[in-house]
Formats: sequence, structure tokens, C-alpha cells
Amino acid sequence: MSHIEIIRSGVLTTCQDAGRSGWAHLAVPPSGAADRPSWRLANQLAGNATGACALETTLTGCTVRAHRNVTVVVGGAPCAVTVDGRPEAWGQPVKLAAGSVLDAGPAEVGVRSYLAFSGGLHPKASLGSHSTCLLSGLGPAPIKDGDTIPLGPSPAHPPLPTQWPAPWAGVSDELVMKLHLGPRLDWFTTDAANELTKGVWTVSEHSNRIGLRLEGPSLRHKDPGTELPSEGIVAGSLQVPPNGQPILFGADHPTTGGYPVIGVVGAAAQAAAAQARPGTRIRFAPIPMPHWQEML
Amino acid sequence: MTAPQTRTTPGGRLKPLPSGPRGVLIDCGTGETARACYRALQARRVNGSLEATDLIPGATTVLVDGVEEPELLAAEIPGWVLTDDTEHAGETIEIPVCYDGPDLDAVAELWGVAPEEVGGIHASAQYEAAFCGFTPGFSYLEGLPERYHTPRRENPRTSVPAGSVAVGGPYTGVYPRSSPGGWQLIATMTNPGRLWNEHREPAALLVPGTRVRFAKVDI
Repeated sequence: MSHIEIIRSGVLTTCQDAGRSGWAHLAVPPSGAADRPSWRLANQLAGNATGACALETTLTGCTVRAHRNVTVVVGGAPCAVTVDGRPEAWGQPVKLAAGSVLDAGPAEVGVRSYLAFSGGLHPKASLGSHSTCLLSGLGPAPIKDGDTIPLGPSPAHPPLPTQWPAPWAGVSDELVMKLHLGPRLDWFTTDAANELTKGVWTVSEHSNRIGLRLEGPSLRHKDPGTELPSEGIVAGSLQVPPNGQPILFGADHPTTGGYPVIGVVGAAAQAAAAQARPGTRIRFAPIPMPHWQEML
Repeated sequence: MTAPQTRTTPGGRLKPLPSGPRGVLIDCGTGETARACYRALQARRVNGSLEATDLIPGATTVLVDGVEEPELLAAEIPGWVLTDDTEHAGETIEIPVCYDGPDLDAVAELWGVAPEEVGGIHASAQYEAAFCGFTPGFSYLEGLPERYHTPRRENPRTSVPAGSVAVGGPYTGVYPRSSPGGWQLIATMTNPGRLWNEHREPAALLVPGTRVRFAKVDI
């Protein structure tokens, strides 16, 4: 079993697995790896069952010491990888002997690297998940220097001796996201709806796992005096407060909110958003609302 | 004893709205209809006719998230007949509180009553946990008569102690842990640790649908 030891935690490193969906009716955010595809792939390459807990870094990487022989895969945001100071491969299984130190350097592009360990990490679980939630405080606290985290038993099947099944595309300076319009498109002015098709927003520095704050054209409410009664929110929702500057909700999003959601981005765009640095430009390709009412 | 009064609501009042590729937000128009719709969705989940990862009640809505074919659910909803059963089987939980909150005088003034009357009014209403939000285990309790609906504080507090009982808008609620808060504080729950316990199933004491009464105690 044994454990890993955190030598350098970086600005923010958290434990993340598939999260704790299913408890949103108790105001429990879903949490889990922000860039799901990268987290899943890193785990697969480390020979782990789906759902294993990995480290998620933020911009500055992290450094860990293994206290048993373990296979590590550093995926997600590309970064320099070293073991005891020697360069090692990013995105491929790396054997780490007990006592060795692996460093995942600052993200070269993107924001979040994933460190998947064979056997997975087993910090304290909360409602069935090892994920840290920044909004609710559920799950293990963000990692600090000197922390130790238990490792699970080594998986029965060996790590996959492959390259990435699909090369990681990286994040460009400008992302175009498909936006499923609704549920509250009718709360907005026609200008706002038009703006969605041509406007460009910039990811603000005040962005985190809870959401990306976007700066750009204002999306005006039709009736600024009217408050929306609190209602449920899904991950990927583009919520617009009265100031018109949208927030794109991520893994640690609140489960209910009192501002209208103009549209929702799907899983692929949520993963891209998790790797979007402050300053990244975002445009939307709106998908019209289905005419459910008219079908009846 | 007469049978519990049961009314039915045609599902045509329910408006399904798309919430992403896997979600349906059901706009129910009123809180009462939303409660009935939530119970109907729970029943469908139990009998296997609905598969969804989350059912999330809101003030006047229910969000169904993690549905494979939302358009099929959306087409079905307006045909539903909901039962507004006022005697539904929700458990009643009693919460002992001491009416000693720092906003007692302000609330008394807003309500047009004496400060010592606030507790009696608040404790005499019967509440239902309408929905959760804000922080795990924080429940928006519905049932305060309309004339006692209370505006939020102009300046929200940066820290409200765990166990504070507050009123805000049409709701009352108890803070399960210390957090910022904009509601008016009127009382203190004697044992706030009951509100949230990760090792209990369910972790929240006041799950949506729970009936709640406040019992006035003196400390």
C-alpha cells in the first residue's frame, strides 16, 4: 500500500476522481477532475480502473516522492517531467522507485496537469469521492507541502505501454465552444442573443474550478428588475449576473443559482475550459433551443 | 377523521426547458407544484421509469440532470397528472432553537411586532424543506406566512456562526456551518451538528420534502 509524499504542492494541487454527482439535491457540488478526458487517459495509461483518484495541479505543477515502487503518468497540461533530476517522458508510464522524486514542472500550455499513480490515491473519502471541492470544502483539503497520501494496491494489469491514444491538442489562444441555448434564453434581450453569435470574451484571472469568469460584451437581462427564483444548475452552464458578464461553471459549481443561464456547453467544451488560461479568448457557436413546447 | 385532502394538477402547467445536452429544467410555476413534481419524479426514479443522475428541486422548478434522451422526458411531462397531496409522507423534524439572534429587533420592526413576539410567530408556522442550496445541507424552508417575508440585510455578514436561524425573502433556514450570509438572524439552533453529517444517510437532516417545526427553548 504505502503512500506518496508531497515535496512541492505548487499554487493549488488537489485530489480528484470522478466526483460526487447524485447529491446535488443536498447542495453538494459534483466536483471531480476538471479536465475529465485528460484525467481518464492518465489513469488508463497508469493501468488504473476508471475512476481512480489522481493529483490535479494548477499552472505550477508539483513534486512528489514515492514511498513504494509505483508507475506514474503525467498527463493533461504538457509540462517538463523529471525523476531525481533526470528528464522523463510526459504522457507515458514512468516507473518511480521507492524513494525517488518526480517533478511535474509548470504547465507549458493549458492549466491543469494530472498525475495518475498505479493503484490510485486513497485520501479520505467524503460521500463516496476523494475529490476536493473548493466551493463546499468537502473532500480532502487542498494539498500542502509535506502531506502524505495513501496509495491503493497496484492494479492487476500492467500499465499500457502506449503513446497517447490521441495526441493532446493543447489549448489555442482562442476557443470556440458549442453552446446549447437555454434554459433561460428568454430572460435576455435580442441584442444579447445576437451578441452570443459574434462576441469574443476573455477568461478573467478570477477563474477557478468553480467557474471561468468571462470579460467582454455584456449580455443584458430583458427585465433587470426581476429576480429569478433559485433553480438547479448543470456543469457547463453559462450564467449571467445582472452586470451582464457571464460565468462558465466548472466542476465545483454551485448546485442552484439565482441568475439566469443563457446556455450550456457540453463535456468537450468543459474540458477545454478547464485548460483555458486567463487571457484565453472564448467565442460561442450557439445551438438553437429545441422546440419542445411546439412539438406537443 | 377525514381523508387527507388531495388535489390534482394537470402536467400541462409544467414547462420543460433544455438545460444542456443531458438536462431538463421543469418550470413548475409555483413552489407547491414544484414540490409535487419533485415527488412525482422521485417516484418515477424508484419504479424505474426515469433514469437520471440528479433530481434538483429549486424554488419553482425541478432540474433533471444526466438524462440520456431529454427530448423523450420533455415530451412526456405535460401529460403528467400531479397529486398536490398536502399530507404527503414527509417526515416531521423538530428543531429546538433559542430566539436570541442579533437581528431580532430589526425583524420585529419589519414585521410590525414586538421583538419578543418574533419567536412565537416563527415557531408557530409549519415548514417544508423546499430545496437545498448555498452550502451542503442548507435547506430553504417554506411556510412563513407572506406578511412575514423578510428582505435580506443591506450589508451581508462576512461570517455567520453555524446554527444561526435566519429569515430571508419567503424562506427561513439554519446555517449548517459558519459562512458568509445576507439573511436576518433571529435565533440559534442548540445542536447544529445535526444538520450535516457525512457519515449519516442522508448526510443532510433537512432533505427536500422534510416537514420542519421550530421549538422555542430558553437557554
